[in-house]
This record gives sequence, C-alpha cells and structure tokens, in this order.
Amino acid sequence: MINFEFIETSLTENIGVIELNRPRQLNSLNRKMISEIVVAMEDFDRNDHVRVIVLTGKGRAFSAGADIDEMTEDDPIRLELLNQFADWDRLALIKKPIIGAVKGFVFGGGFELALCCDVLISASGTEFSFPEVGLGVMPGAGGTQRLTKLVGRAKALEWLWTGERIPAQLALEQGVINKIVAPELLMEEAMKFAERLAKQPPLSVRLIKDSVNKAVDSSLHEGMQYERKNFYLLFATEDQKEGMKAFKEKRKPDYRGR
Amino acid sequence: MYETIRYEVRDNIAWVYLNRPDKLNAFIAQMNHEIKEAIKSATFDNQVRCIVLTGEGRAFCSGQDLSEVNEDMDHGQVLRDHYGPMIKQIRQCEKPIVAAVNGVAAGAGFSLALACDFRLVSERASFLNAFIHVGLIPDSGNLHYLTQLVGQAKAMELAVLGEKVSASDAVAMGLANKLISTDAWEEEVLSFAKRLAALPTKAIGLIKRSLKAVSEQSFDAYLELEAQGQRIAGQTEDHREGLNAFMEKRTPVYSGK
Repeated sequence: MINFEFIETSLTENIGVIELNRPRQLNSLNRKMISEIVVAMEDFDRNDHVRVIVLTGKGRAFSAGADIDEMTEDDPIRLELLNQFADWDRLALIKKPIIGAVKGFVFGGGFELALCCDVLISASGTEFSFPEVGLGVMPGAGGTQRLTKLVGRAKALEWLWTGERIPAQLALEQGVINKIVAPELLMEEAMKFAERLAKQPPLSVRLIKDSVNKAVDSSLHEGMQYERKNFYLLFATEDQKEGMKAFKEKRKPDYRGR
Repeated sequence: MYETIRYEVRDNIAWVYLNRPDKLNAFIAQMNHEIKEAIKSATFDNQVRCIVLTGEGRAFCSGQDLSEVNEDMDHGQVLRDHYGPMIKQIRQCEKPIVAAVNGVAAGAGFSLALACDFRLVSERASFLNAFIHVGLIPDSGNLHYLTQLVGQAKAMELAVLGEKVSASDAVAMGLANKLISTDAWEEEVLSFAKRLAALPTKAIGLIKRSLKAVSEQSFDAYLELEAQGQRIAGQTEDHREGLNAFMEKRTPVYSGK
C-alpha cells in the first residue's frame, strides 16, 4: 500500500477505506491531500479485491473545507497553470461505488468532496455549508453544479448565496444525504451498508452507477439508449447466468464479478 | 469569567446558579449567553454527570428583564440571537439536567425550567406564563415542552389565562417531578443530583435521544434510532457492570462510560 501524508487507507475484506487524516485542522483540504485521495481511489478502483470504497474523516469533522492559507496569494494565471481541479475531475471517473461517511462539519471543499460520493451516510448533528461567498469567492470544485443537480436551483441558490449551515435533517429531506445515524455508529453503519453493496453483483453495481450518472447529465432519450446497451452488456456476464440460475434453484447466488 | 451566573463543578455535578438576585434573576442577553456557555462546558467536561440549574436569592428566574425592552426592539431577533441558542444548547446536551426551582419561574424563566429534564420545586416555587400579561406569546420553546408535559388543553389555559401555578399544583399536573419542603431543600436537591450522577450516564443520554425522537421522527425512524441507541448502550462499561453486579448479587458502581 502506498504511503500517504494526509490520508490513511486500509482494506478490509473487499472494502477499501480512505480516511482524511488532518484531524487537528478539521481535515481541511490542501492540494496534496486531494491528489492523494484521487490516487487512493484510482488504486482501489483497479484493485480486484475491492468492491466498494468508503470515504471518511478522522477526528470530529469530515472536512471544514479547503486550506485557505494555500490560496490567499493565488492569481488567475497561476490557478489556470496549476489546473488543480483536474484532480477533482478524475474523482468523477471512479467506477466503483463510493460511500461517504460524514460527521461534524462538511463545509466548502469538504462538501464538494462529499458530493463526489455516491451514497452519503451522515452522523446526526452534522452540518453542511458552502461558506465560500463569505470570503468573496464561490465553490470551484463542482459545488454549484452538483448541488444544483441534487436539490434544484432554488435551494442551491439560497444555500450558496447565504452560506448558511444546513442541518443533517434538512440535507436528508432535500435528498443530499441518504441516511442519518448515531455519531457513535457512523463507521459501523457505513461499513454495514458497504458490506451489503459488496455482496451485490459488482458488474451490475458498476453499470447501474454508470447509467444513473448518464441520467444526471444527458437527455432522457440518450439516457434510455445508454441504459439499454448496459442492460444488454450484463447478459455477457457470468454473474447474470449465476443470478438467474440461483433464482430458479431457489438458492443464494454467488457473484464473482465477472 | 461569568458575571450573571455562577458555575461550579463538585462531585461530578455541574451547578449553574442564575446570579442576579436583586433582579429576581431576570434575563439579559449576557445571561442567555453565559447559561449557554456553562451548559456547553458541562457537556464537554468528562467529570460532569449531572447538571443543576437554580436561582440565587428568592426567585428561580423572572424571565426577560423588561427594563431592557424598548419599542424599537425586534423581539423575533432577540429570540433567534439569544434565547434560541441557549435553549438549543440545553436540548443538545445528553447529560441529565435538573431545574431546581427555588422560587418563581416566570416567562422565559418558566421556559428555561421546561427545557430541563427534571423539575424539583420548593414550597416557595411557582410557575407563571406571564407573556400574555404584556401582550406577548410564550417563547423559548415554552409551548413545545409545555404541551408535552401537561397536554394541549392545560397548556392553552396556562398560556392564555397566565395564572400562577403553585408548587403543589405543578406536581399534581405533571409539570414538576417532586415537591420539597423549604427546610430540606438544599439537602434533597443535592441528593437527587447525586443519585442522577451515579447512574449510567451514557444510557441516560441515549434515553434523552429517544425521547426527543418521539416528537421529531416517524415510528419506523424511531424504532431504528432505538435500535442504534441500544447498540451503543450495549457496548458501554456500565452495561457490563450492571450485568456483572446482577450475577454477583451486588450493587453496581457505574462509571458513566
């Protein structure tokens, strides 16, 4: 396993876990940390033993946002040449399911990182916010785009303009997160969900993610054609044969991911 | 550091004394803030296993200091800025909070007592929803808690007629837990607090969580929260201690962990 400076990774059974590891800075995200997250994700994505990826933060917060110190002196040309958001674009290409286990503060870049997950499990008491407006800027790693696609224009504008803190319950009602659990059980519940997903046929899970992502970003007609191709494609898998055979034989299927 | 309250921690109990006796402990913004800070300190202090709120002098708390109220005041904003954060801090706290109501609890002072988990009342105590007498409505969570304690009909009566409720009536209608004679007041408040402080603190916190969920969640969500709560309680040292003590036929000694 690769040695990281700002994150920690581990692999249990078939679940790859990535933990943000700057608890004293409330896991504020610097550029190196983002690139480490991407490297770890891509590594898990290619690892045959990994079926599900869990992303979480050490300490009391998931992430309080981007490291402000790092960007106070930035200018547009430097930012263009740095092209830091290219790393974020790679996160969107991860094929395996990513489960975010979030708690405490999920602010700014931390919120954008959470929105890169496929499923969000949140501890009760967690607060979400895009406070960038208060610093005279705005989200730059997908915040305005992903949030709007999730909650619609009205709520997105309200939250992005005011920078207000969104309590977990409201985030749940607005469809930002999937589930609220007791803070003490956050990892246990996230791992339980991950284990459940890991038992599903991996290629189905993979192509479902691929198709759902297509729905977010294309016309219905185009999405329907895309879905169809993925549906047909699954009939080339061993797991499809196994799944349907097990159904007929009234036994539990044993999926191999092939 | 505190000016309007006194905050002391002794024997695992945090004591918060409202300390403006010459004003019958009436609220000013600073007192809202200091109560909030004191509750926060007690919440994060691992030594603390019970919190007691009480008043210095002859009143528990007479509510908003009316000498601070003027025509230009935005009453809604006062609640959002000062009372709301204090009441929310109390609601978030997972340790048992006792209101030791030593005298009159009027207006927001009544609300403060309602936001606590237990109300002990001295013979001198009384409750008064005074808001109506100045043309205002009960605030600081008052009706939310009051309705749960005494039901809609009685809550309506107390809010609209604004009549004083004596200590014994308060106990009779389920508003207060226990009436204590003036002579035995301090001693019995202390022994009640000590008793709470010796119980399995984590389990008490989880009970508070479940009770809150009753008014906030659907039944299915409540059952899930209950299951998670029991999972957490089942992993505490106090659960193990309770089981061991039962097997060994002795009195359990809980650490609160």
